[in-house]
Amino acid sequence: MTAAARNLGAGLQAERHAVGFSASELKQIRADFPILRQKVHGKPLVYLDNAATSQKPRAVIDAIVRYYETTNANIHRGVHFLSEHATEEHDAARRTVQKFLNARSASEIVFVRGATEAINLVAQSYGRARVASGDEVLITGMEHHSDIVPWQLLCNEKGAKLRVAPIDDAGELVFDEFASLLGPRTRLVAVTHVSNALGTVNPVRRIIELAHERKVPVLVDGAQAVPHMKVDVQELDCDFYAFSGHKVYGPTGIGVLYGKAELLNAMPPYQGGGDMIASVTFEKSTYNKVPFKFEAGTPDIAGAIGLGAALRYVSDLGLERIGAHEHDLLEYATGAVSGIPGLRIVGSAAEKAGVLSFIFENIHPHDIGTILDQEGIAIRTGHHCSQPVMRRFNIPATARASFAMYNTREEIDELVRGIEKVREVFG
Amino acid sequence: MSDLRDLYQEVILEHSKAPRNFHGLAHANHRADGVNPLCGDQFTVYLHMDGDAIRDISFEGSGCAISKASASMMTQILKGKSRAEAEKLFERFHKLVTGEEPAKGGEDLGKLAVFSGVSEYPARVKCATLAWHTLHAALVGEAEAVLPEDE
Ligand SMILES: Cc1ncc(COP(=O)(O)O)c(C=O)c1O
Repeated sequence: MTAAARNLGAGLQAERHAVGFSASELKQIRADFPILRQKVHGKPLVYLDNAATSQKPRAVIDAIVRYYETTNANIHRGVHFLSEHATEEHDAARRTVQKFLNARSASEIVFVRGATEAINLVAQSYGRARVASGDEVLITGMEHHSDIVPWQLLCNEKGAKLRVAPIDDAGELVFDEFASLLGPRTRLVAVTHVSNALGTVNPVRRIIELAHERKVPVLVDGAQAVPHMKVDVQELDCDFYAFSGHKVYGPTGIGVLYGKAELLNAMPPYQGGGDMIASVTFEKSTYNKVPFKFEAGTPDIAGAIGLGAALRYVSDLGLERIGAHEHDLLEYATGAVSGIPGLRIVGSAAEKAGVLSFIFENIHPHDIGTILDQEGIAIRTGHHCSQPVMRRFNIPATARASFAMYNTREEIDELVRGIEKVREVFG
Repeated sequence: MSDLRDLYQEVILEHSKAPRNFHGLAHANHRADGVNPLCGDQFTVYLHMDGDAIRDISFEGSGCAISKASASMMTQILKGKSRAEAEKLFERFHKLVTGEEPAKGGEDLGKLAVFSGVSEYPARVKCATLAWHTLHAALVGEAEAVLPEDE
């Protein structure tokens, strides 16, 4: 057994034994999120749309305000006090991300707008350099549109083929089919860590191992994973890892692409502009070193600092405990709605994160969403940017409740009452 | 708080459960598809036009109660109407559901007035207008309806 595997075993055990939050801890956590005090349509807000975006703790809001009030300046450019200070804070945020993902080096952390831009960066830079006519990119049937369309654009341009590994009725990847689609022409595998529409946790470690046996690099879309579980990119040995700040309690407009240094170093730039160059003449420019090569223009400095604050907040509470709390909510919710006649849960993978997608009678999810909203309950309804998943299950849409660290069992009781209200209206 | 019953009026629920003219149309000479990209609701509207007159009209597809009932009632009211009358009704209906002319309550819209409650639910305006946008596309010979962003 390798040291990494032993660590993983220990990690899993820790996770299994991790307990969620006590009532008083939960109360304290909720108090950290100012928006949760709000009433909606006269009812206390029950925010169950966390897979779309999470709410922000005071620590994040304060970090952004403090930055603008005391530190704001452009980075990497000024010799003056504020610029140096802003540069330092921006660098510190990058190191926080590095630590959070356990990357080898901070230069492997590229700041981008979000998971979407991270994936586009890899498709446009790595993909255009490495994928040629007749080659293949392999994804799964449960990807978010942002992990489908960038590859389609690439494949269309290059005359390459997009291959899709199927999912089964439970919403799990059919691993054997995935393995057989991983062929001699596969140049890249892109797979979601956790499905936003179904909650399925993919066996990314096995996927990466198998792909690496065949010398194929793997991009993991971690947008739905990082808020709920400890991610260690060295342990996973993934080649790229993408996530969005706003889903992990950070601000919108900031996200991360992790890439192995040797890959990033060999990749051509993504966008051109200031900061990404070492020198420019009209004949030729030489590029800055990574990660700056991929960060053209003035970045979202406040966003990066806010993200750093969010990751510290999450790490201080501990992702094992956050995960355990959300797992408890998922089990409680699954049990509670299973008792509702006419309700069917979509996505019943053995390993699931805090996502509860469902359909109810013949009532369209939109109508469910509107009625729940009147009760102060925010859920997502629709195809969740995963139309192929909906097609796979032969449904146009689902209603989706998704949980975060600040949600409570009482809120799930409210959800169940709301669903009964839906039945009343539709009689 | 707006009462949900203002939105989900009995007539609307009834039409959503048993939509009228909900089928293809073998003798259609116009058709268009309409998709609400926000939620994936999609309808096809079929028209049998005789010159400028709508001889027959039907629809197929899937959507929420509001969009389905709206499509159903649209097909009912438009049978036998002229192209110009249909466009005029769309304009009036649009004003009703966006709340541009709420006070009048749309008395000239007949049964369609039950959709006045939609104006209290901005997120649902597109549901109510999807079939009408699709109708408009079919009338002007477009294969696909384009939904305006600012509706
Ligand atoms: C699995 C998954 N990947 C990618 C994304 C895209 O994230 P963003 O819109 O923040 O770029 C999302 C967001 O919904 C997601 O759930």
